[in-house]
Amino acid sequence: MSRIGVFVCHCGENISRTVDVERVAGEAAQLPGVAYSCDYKYMCSDPGQNLLKKALAEHNLDGVLVAACSPRMHEKTFRKAAQSAGLNPYLCDMGNIREHCSWVHEDREAATAKASDIVKLMVERVKRGKALAPITVPVTKRALVIGGGIAGIQAALDIADAGKEVILVEREPSIGGHMAQLSETFPTLDCSQCIMTPKMVDVANHPNITLYTYAEIEKVDGYIGNFQVTIRRKARSVVEDKCTGCGVCTSKCPKKKIPNEFDQNLGMRSAIYVPFPQAVPNTPVIDRENCTMFQSGKCGVCAKVCGPQAIDYEQQDTLVVEAVGAVVVATGFKLYSIDRKPEESPIKGYGEFGYGLIPDVIDGLTFERLASASGPTGGKILRPSDGKEPRQVVFIQCVGSRAREKGISYCSKICCMYTAKHTMLYRHKVHDGQAYVFYMDARTPGKGYDEFWRRAVEVEDAVYIRGMVSRLYQRDGKIVVMGSDTLVGVQVEIEADLVVLATAVQAQDGADLLAQKLGISYDKYNFYSEAHAKLKPVECATAGIYLAGACQGPKDIPDTVSQASAAAAKVITLFSKDQLERDPVVAKVNEKYCVGCLQCKKVCPYGAVEEKEIRDRQGNLVKVVANVNAGVCGGCGTCQATCPSKSVELDGYTDEQIMAMIEAL
Amino acid sequence: MHSAEKKHDFEPKVVAFVCTWCTYAGADLAGTSRMQYPPNVRVLKFPCTGRIDPVFILRAFQKGADGVLVSGCHPGDCHYMAGNFHARRRFAAFRVLLGFVGVDLNRLQFSWVSAAEGGKWVEVVTELTERVRAMGPMREFKELEQEEQWSATLTTPELQQAYESI
Repeated sequence: MSRIGVFVCHCGENISRTVDVERVAGEAAQLPGVAYSCDYKYMCSDPGQNLLKKALAEHNLDGVLVAACSPRMHEKTFRKAAQSAGLNPYLCDMGNIREHCSWVHEDREAATAKASDIVKLMVERVKRGKALAPITVPVTKRALVIGGGIAGIQAALDIADAGKEVILVEREPSIGGHMAQLSETFPTLDCSQCIMTPKMVDVANHPNITLYTYAEIEKVDGYIGNFQVTIRRKARSVVEDKCTGCGVCTSKCPKKKIPNEFDQNLGMRSAIYVPFPQAVPNTPVIDRENCTMFQSGKCGVCAKVCGPQAIDYEQQDTLVVEAVGAVVVATGFKLYSIDRKPEESPIKGYGEFGYGLIPDVIDGLTFERLASASGPTGGKILRPSDGKEPRQVVFIQCVGSRAREKGISYCSKICCMYTAKHTMLYRHKVHDGQAYVFYMDARTPGKGYDEFWRRAVEVEDAVYIRGMVSRLYQRDGKIVVMGSDTLVGVQVEIEADLVVLATAVQAQDGADLLAQKLGISYDKYNFYSEAHAKLKPVECATAGIYLAGACQGPKDIPDTVSQASAAAAKVITLFSKDQLERDPVVAKVNEKYCVGCLQCKKVCPYGAVEEKEIRDRQGNLVKVVANVNAGVCGGCGTCQATCPSKSVELDGYTDEQIMAMIEAL
Repeated sequence: MHSAEKKHDFEPKVVAFVCTWCTYAGADLAGTSRMQYPPNVRVLKFPCTGRIDPVFILRAFQKGADGVLVSGCHPGDCHYMAGNFHARRRFAAFRVLLGFVGVDLNRLQFSWVSAAEGGKWVEVVTELTERVRAMGPMREFKELEQEEQWSATLTTPELQQAYESI
């Protein structure tokens, strides 16, 4: 007969408010196999854990069930406590009577009955639990950082400075990300290029960083400490080792009228190009879709003028496999743009803003390029349509953001601040110009942020109008902005020369596909989910994968850099150990029953099942059975459900345990 | 359901087999968001929907479940890469079989609920509970329940002997 201890937690009032915990503990004491039960206000607190340890010793318990919050919250806590009192940690389980019961039901009677049921079910499981020993695996002390924006750069530099190898993968031809596109940054107005480019050079020169630009993640295998990552290096058509970055090819390329994506299509670039002068690496790439050589086979100018013979038209994509122990995901964001086809976007209904057909309606990032000293206008604010200096500029905030009816309910967080910054930048360049801002709320939490916003209003004379814009249309070379001022309660009409939309921050294109390759979860907007909103803000639920920057949700630069350094610290902590303990939830084969049909081998997502020959003493083959490599097994249990002879068993989720729980229903 | 029979004549028993990475976490999110749903559901956690043997569903019906929910990660989002695909294929076949046996398939629901979909969890559970409540108790399987073991046991000496000789 088992001797199980049941500990029912009040969680302050979180559980006891709707669940009669004393009754649950009382009913648990009546269950067969339960030797001890009690309830306590905070089981996870120090006295709570001591209570558990004391009861283990005093009542000679051989299993523990803590009915409290979700095991995702405190399973580790209680297993550690049980272990320190001499119990195998895998004989300690949790019944979730908070998230799955007290928080979601109001009827005290029904919630108490449900909590009792949960305890009853889980006791059956604990009774049939097995003492397991954690599996130790070696840790590969190299990290992969995906994304070369400020988040990826910061994380890569921090990890590399700690003496660990880093592989930095960037999709674009250069690292730098969105921050390299910005003109000046709030709240200090220091030049983005001045603080960003030195870091980019540091990455390129760091002995511990291997940089793959123009490359994407193809496949990710393995688990914490032991990932194998396949990286696709897209064909650049320029051999990186040979190229000296002299720039002759880009200047001689006859095809020069291609809109430059880095300048938000305002400037032009050639078919062979570096995205911007400070690019790292300073190696050009051939845009094959626009290159005459690739389209018609006639040209070859760049190959002719290239001194070191670095042009290679025949270059193919190559796949590189790297072994790493941890992954930092820092893929950043994109800005919603109203000139995308509306049917492709989750944001519907900005037809009233002209779907981007009015050339002088631009988004915030385009304004950054206009204001940037290295931008297409050399830092002059000029209208895209006719190159004239705008006298009146209207900024519209919350385009897409906080618009539930248009598909996105969250706040994009950075727009209030960058719009205030834009009004200042505009005023600094066009002294007699007037900036108007349509806003819903001015949200300025952050060090020095509200002071900054006040400066825009009080010193730089930006006119803030609380209300939304209903329509934009062209009239006599101007854009008529029709909106409302909800504080005064009047309709407003402004004739603007330029309109800047603070459009929503969205997850990067393909964020969901990358998440599927990595096996991490994401929300309905494709932002990646952290393991815990407050206590594990940089970890993914998948061990060994960490998040940095706006791929997790809209973030400004200070927050992004903080999170990137935090992710780096987590990686360095992981790498401080030579061996790693992982949960022993792995499949085992009962060779006595196994008939060697190897159905399990076919379904195993990890390739962990191999054939094993059983021979007698004379060396004659008796039979072939399946064998699970515990180091590779991920513990999904698909093999067990597939096995026709029921001879594979997943530790921690055995048929016996599950059937006993069902019997107890 | 020991408690109820207050508001309704019949309180259905709903069993949910869920994967730990997506749906269990989604149900946790429903909790942290303080959403409300009927207290009729009992959740059994698995590492992956791929671990769920159809036998569990049958047994749950035998042991008094009036509705069964199986829920895991969305296709492509499986923590174990492909476990939910195996589950989907398995249950597609199993569902047909169950229908053939005569079980009203409205009692059995498969769904994908991600870790971010607390609202969807509430929707799925509420909908199934109310549907089953309207259908009334499931009697067919409970009457069939016998003392037999679900997996092979060596009940006779001959069987035992035959086994030992392998």
